[in-house]
Amino acid sequence: MPEAVSAPLLDVRALTAFYGDFQALLGVSVAVARGQVVAIIGANGAGKSTLLRSIAGLMPGRRDAIVFDGEPIGHLPAHRVVARGIALVPEGRRLFPSLSVEENLLIGGQLRRPGPWTLKRVYALFPALAERRRLPSSALSGGQQQMAALGRALMSNPRLLMCDEISLGLAPIVIRDIYARLPSIAAEGISLVIVEQDIAQALAAADQVYCLQEGRVAFAGAAREATREAVAAAYFGV
Amino acid sequence: MSAVSVRFTDRRSAISLAALAAAVVALAFAPLWAGRDGLRLLGEIFAYVALASLWNLLAGYAGLVSVGQQAFVGLGGYMLFALAILAGISPLWAIPGAGLIGALAAVPVAALVFRLRGHYFAIGTWVVAEVFRLLASQVSALGGGSGTSLPAAIVVAIADTRTMREFVIYWIALALAVAILALILLLLRSRYGLALTAIRDNELAAASNGVDVVRVKLVIYVFAACGTAMIGALVFLQKLRISPDAAFSVNDWTAFVIFITVIGGIGRLEGPIVGTIVFFALRQALADRGALYLLMLGVVAIAVMLKAPKGIWGLIVDRLDWQVFPLQRRLVPPPRPEPN
Amino acid sequence: MEWTNTILQGVLTGGLYAMFAAGLSLIFGVMRLVNIAHGDFIVLAAYLALVVTETLGIDPLVSLVIVVPLMAAIGYALQRGLLNHTLGDDLLPPLLVTFGLSVIIQNGLLELFTADSRRLQAGAIEVASWQLAPGLSIGVLPFLQFAAAVAVIGGLQALFYRTALGRAFRATSDDPAVAQLMGLDNAHVFALAMALSLAVVAIAGVLLAVRANFDPAIGPARLIFGFEAVIIGGLGNLWGTLAGGIVLGVAQAIGAKLDPGWQLLAGHLAFLIVLGVRPEGLFPRIRG
Repeated sequence: MPEAVSAPLLDVRALTAFYGDFQALLGVSVAVARGQVVAIIGANGAGKSTLLRSIAGLMPGRRDAIVFDGEPIGHLPAHRVVARGIALVPEGRRLFPSLSVEENLLIGGQLRRPGPWTLKRVYALFPALAERRRLPSSALSGGQQQMAALGRALMSNPRLLMCDEISLGLAPIVIRDIYARLPSIAAEGISLVIVEQDIAQALAAADQVYCLQEGRVAFAGAAREATREAVAAAYFGV
Repeated sequence: MSAVSVRFTDRRSAISLAALAAAVVALAFAPLWAGRDGLRLLGEIFAYVALASLWNLLAGYAGLVSVGQQAFVGLGGYMLFALAILAGISPLWAIPGAGLIGALAAVPVAALVFRLRGHYFAIGTWVVAEVFRLLASQVSALGGGSGTSLPAAIVVAIADTRTMREFVIYWIALALAVAILALILLLLRSRYGLALTAIRDNELAAASNGVDVVRVKLVIYVFAACGTAMIGALVFLQKLRISPDAAFSVNDWTAFVIFITVIGGIGRLEGPIVGTIVFFALRQALADRGALYLLMLGVVAIAVMLKAPKGIWGLIVDRLDWQVFPLQRRLVPPPRPEPN
Repeated sequence: MEWTNTILQGVLTGGLYAMFAAGLSLIFGVMRLVNIAHGDFIVLAAYLALVVTETLGIDPLVSLVIVVPLMAAIGYALQRGLLNHTLGDDLLPPLLVTFGLSVIIQNGLLELFTADSRRLQAGAIEVASWQLAPGLSIGVLPFLQFAAAVAVIGGLQALFYRTALGRAFRATSDDPAVAQLMGLDNAHVFALAMALSLAVVAIAGVLLAVRANFDPAIGPARLIFGFEAVIIGGLGNLWGTLAGGIVLGVAQAIGAKLDPGWQLLAGHLAFLIVLGVRPEGLFPRIRG
């Protein structure tokens, strides 16, 4: 019985995560279907970034707590998770300061995973980067750095792209500009997980929304059905 | 309203300290029960305990990892010989004299090497030691490259008989080691000690809380140089002979000291004492092996660094929550008011 | 002319010092590690070349073909097996472990080969020289060593700035965590860097062994020369390191000319002056 069609691409099951003695995630379950856009919202410290970092392999975890395309990956280190097809755009952009813009993009493609995303394609999506390809990455504006970080993640041809707070520190017009390009990324069939502080933006862009509160899932549902009251209640734990 | 007070001693450390004090008294009477060789061995042990404690203060507390302390050992030794032979000062007074010169020399050295950070600081201190060694070989008045011996007249003037002379040197060694340990203890209990712990934990945070990081480090560095120079003076007074290679030997004065401190336990006052005992026990066992012995020491040190980074004493402390020297600051809450 | 000769010799020696330094600054750049045993590895390479040339009966310069990959493999294994476990915020473990390694290598070589001074025989090339002008000649071997140093540094620059591996080195040095997100295995990248460093060390060691006498105890002095070349030249700049090596070599040559006992002191003096007057070095690269 083929389960490929209905099984989620990413299945996170009762995930826990610790920073020393502090438990940041107390059993979080999230599912991302193929081609879906999922938003993760929540107050600061709710565990949103920890969730993404755990999926990306930057934190130790139980083997079957994270299942990607039917394969358990919870125990894999980050560099093997990328090879499976999950890319993370980390919080704060974190481009490599010793590398030029183009070199940052090239290193994203280090693993040479097959797929549609090439340097040319990324430059087509973000022309501002093409103009500045030889500059050191630190010479870019905030919005351009965010585009470069996105492009760098795309270069690994992921099947699942995770974006951690890409609107942080950017002007509204720049945020809208970047979000306007997400549909063309999703159109290729890449599933998206977006962690966002900007709730309106998150709900507008996503199919599904999860709200985390102090390490637990407080709300999960379709984005268009999420009422203000329900979200506020989940967000603040009222 | 009574305030919370800070107490250092607890019952176990009080007992251990008392035991240590008793041991010191017993050692003071060593000339009665130890033979010539025994006294010499004890003197060596005291020297290494002091050197390792000072290195521990530098590296484990102040974060100044120096692999060049042999610069001050040799400087102290050469200054003793210089003061005694060229300036006619009694060797016993030349020891504190050497300490003073070591402290003074440490200031311009610090001005240079403090410009380097971390690993590069370490190698920088090594370069300084090399420079001292090369300069010493250029001084022909003190024997140049092959060194010189302390003239018999000066040696004889220390005490009436040879036995008395050896007793005197032994007591000075014991007194010096005890004094250095006591001073380190007092230093760590003072505000400087708090500043050091803060710097060790997070230098930037300490600086932004008003700690004058550079000055604290300079004070520690000068203090260590002074103590190390005095030990150096004493060691070469005992040996009666000095040469650049012996005075500035990396093996004798840095490799052994580092191994002792690592194996015993860095960052704790008791560590160097434990380490010295282990070191000398190993030496008695492997005495004639020369290069193999050093090789083994290297392997043991690496193993300890990887598997038990807090050293032997660190293991003991973790298991038993013990301390010998009253250094841990414990908060004592005010007495609770009686309920009516 | 005599002074010109002296300075020329100093320049050529400086090339060798720059090679000592290149391996050192390479791994410091990539993983903030200073290998205290660096000089002892140079000596180890010299002894390896000795064993290879004696058992196989080949020319020392040909032995490079074996010694270089061998040392690279040792470097990879060393980093992966031992040094990777010391990396972290604390400065003490890597410093103390590499210091321990230094003692182990020195004494191990002492046990195996005794303290006797050795030299590799390279044949006629050792005494060959070119006459540039009356009274001015340079030895073929010193010139080859200098050329090798320039080639090595040029090669390293090209590697770092024009290849994917170099990108990987620079990215891992910048941000090891995010480098993992690019699919780079930190443990592997660091081990490759150490392998590269020891490969350079191997070349330096063989060239040293042909040029001068060596024994197990000369390692620390090579470390110090390499370190001084790095500091004089400026951190983060390989061509600066070449300049630093040349300055050191020339200073030593001038010192030796004035008085043979002053050779090392003159070099240290140059280092201390640079440290005092321009601590960032002569050609520091300003990092973004």
